[in-house]
Amino acid sequence: MSEALETTIEAGPRFPAGDTEDAPVKITARNVDVFYGDKQALFGIDLDIRKQKVTSLIGPSGCGKSTFLRCINRMNDVVDGCRVDGQIHLDGRDIYDRKIDVVQLRALVGMVFQKPNPFPKSIYDNVAYGPRLHGLAATRDETDEIVESSLMRAGLWAEVKDRLAEPGTGLSGGQQQRLCIARAIAVSPEVILMDEPCSALDPIATARIEELIDELRRNFTIVIVTHSMQQAARVSQRTAFFHLGNLVEVGDTEEIFTNPREQRTQDYITGRFG
Amino acid sequence: MTDMTLQRAAGEVRTDTAERVAKGLKRRYAAERRFRTYGLIAVCTALSFLAILLISIVGKGYTAFQQTKMQLEVHFDESIIAPNGTTDAAALAKADYNGIVKASLRKTFPEVKSRRDKRALYGIVSGGAGYEIYKMILEDPSLIGQTKKVWLSASADIDVLIKGQIDRSSPETERRVKDNEIAWVDRLAAQGAIEKQFNTTLFTAGDSRDPEQAGIWGAVVGSFFTLIVTLAISFPLGVMAAVYLEEFAPRNKLTDLIEVNINNLAAVPSIVFGLLGLAVFLNFFGLPRSAPLVGGMVLSLMTLPTIIIASRAALKAVPPSIREAALGIGASKMQMVTDHVLPSAMPGMLTGTIIGMAQALGETAPLLMIGMVAFIVDIPGGPLDPATVLPVQVYLWADSPERAFVERTSAAIMVLLGFLVCMNLIAILLRKKFERRW
Repeated sequence: MSEALETTIEAGPRFPAGDTEDAPVKITARNVDVFYGDKQALFGIDLDIRKQKVTSLIGPSGCGKSTFLRCINRMNDVVDGCRVDGQIHLDGRDIYDRKIDVVQLRALVGMVFQKPNPFPKSIYDNVAYGPRLHGLAATRDETDEIVESSLMRAGLWAEVKDRLAEPGTGLSGGQQQRLCIARAIAVSPEVILMDEPCSALDPIATARIEELIDELRRNFTIVIVTHSMQQAARVSQRTAFFHLGNLVEVGDTEEIFTNPREQRTQDYITGRFG
Repeated sequence: MTDMTLQRAAGEVRTDTAERVAKGLKRRYAAERRFRTYGLIAVCTALSFLAILLISIVGKGYTAFQQTKMQLEVHFDESIIAPNGTTDAAALAKADYNGIVKASLRKTFPEVKSRRDKRALYGIVSGGAGYEIYKMILEDPSLIGQTKKVWLSASADIDVLIKGQIDRSSPETERRVKDNEIAWVDRLAAQGAIEKQFNTTLFTAGDSRDPEQAGIWGAVVGSFFTLIVTLAISFPLGVMAAVYLEEFAPRNKLTDLIEVNINNLAAVPSIVFGLLGLAVFLNFFGLPRSAPLVGGMVLSLMTLPTIIIASRAALKAVPPSIREAALGIGASKMQMVTDHVLPSAMPGMLTGTIIGMAQALGETAPLLMIGMVAFIVDIPGGPLDPATVLPVQVYLWADSPERAFVERTSAAIMVLLGFLVCMNLIAILLRKKFERRW
């Protein structure tokens, strides 16, 4: 980790936890506005994401939940005309600080995308790419070890251990997505962002990924965007409901689904709109 | 409208709709059939033009792959070849080999006495026959002093006569080959001393004034050097430009302007690039005339837009998900490009490059402006030697009045087309092999 990062840990402001939960806060967003050109996509989002919990972001299409997710590892930087205002802090460091290198940030905040997108390379190279890139593995043995443990944690090792040299694109959709998860955890990030990771998968593969998410929670902080309310209820401990670029409500998943404070949340989860 | 009225309206309309659709159906299908016929006609027309072109070229040119040879008893006269007894290459080069050929002809046809007839007699063998004897001696110096039957090239007129391209029944004054020449040749033919052999000269020699001694090898080598220079300049430049424009350049008015101009550049007539080369490379930088180096530079100007456009298309075809995956894992932009985007786009870029190279191989006009249209006998040894290229060779031969050059022109076209087909085939195979479905 660079010195720039170390110093900003102390200098960066710390926000108090937004509510009474006991788990420590990993990511704090305050007053986040996002603009695509002239169009504002997010309006003053204040959100705390807790360490080693799964936080799901739900809401109808176009409500800004994916946009918010992509702010957390600054993937919006590559979108032309996108501007992010406000503050997002990861462990108290402002990730939009000039001193923060976006490459370092993304090593700490991994991402799994909606469509499985393995590199057109071998399964091994897919997983080994990140560690090699960041110099996490010096020798071939170390790389082998990282690849094996990552694939194991992604629950893919048993299926692919005999064909690591085959292209990752030859796997089934569910396997590809687990490969992408293995690739993300291979660089041992602290946070994993998942953008509708199951939307392109069948129910069996989806169940597999959901189990995996539950296991990964022990080591990682996970933020997942999902369109499926059942999925949010199954995998997450915390749920945030977005609507029209506003954060309507955030709380424990159980509470959101059984006893929402806001009428709009109530309407959405009971399927009255969205 | 309420649900009730909607239903009623639909019910009333239903029978009416079916009738109307049925009425229109016939017309629609007829239109479709017509459309398909037009397409078929267009394809057939294009194919028949191609067939006519190929048939006429092959029909005219296939005879050029054979060359008429005549067998003569040649005395490798020591007093002519090595009067001082020295047989090193320099001394051998000075000898009068044509004299040896003439002596051999005189011996074969002792009845020819008058000067005029003798000159006509000497004309039935190629003007380069002496050179052929010189090469035989260089290969095997022990021939000196011996008398041996050897095959020598017939002159172009006799070659044409043997290939049946001269009408023997036409009046003598309208023929290039006179009656006495025909008689001599027929006598040789009766002895089995005239044969059509595979024309190796065509593939091994440079240009010549004598059709029977002319070959395309010089032009092939010239084309090779030119294309190497073109590739070396335009591929790296084109790929770098495409990568920068596609991956790194900000989208603004300036890059829009650059894009429009690159597309415009692709449409600039090639002769203009030739004039540019003449003005800049030759007159300003003082590079040598007729050199493949300059030819390659001019052609790379011409192929650059093609390569840039093809490379950009290939880069655009790389799905954004791969870029996101690389960025998401913490790759820098350059790592993303070099590790993932470029390897995925490379087959497309190579295809575009090969097509650009094929264009360059067939280009004539810009090379005329920089002096690559000269008559060059020597095979070029490097990109700085004067050279010509295949299409220019075709142009030069097509301009020659001799009947024997007609078939050689077609033969050169066939070779050129062969190269082009090979290059396009490689491009197609590359595309097929590395094609990836996302």
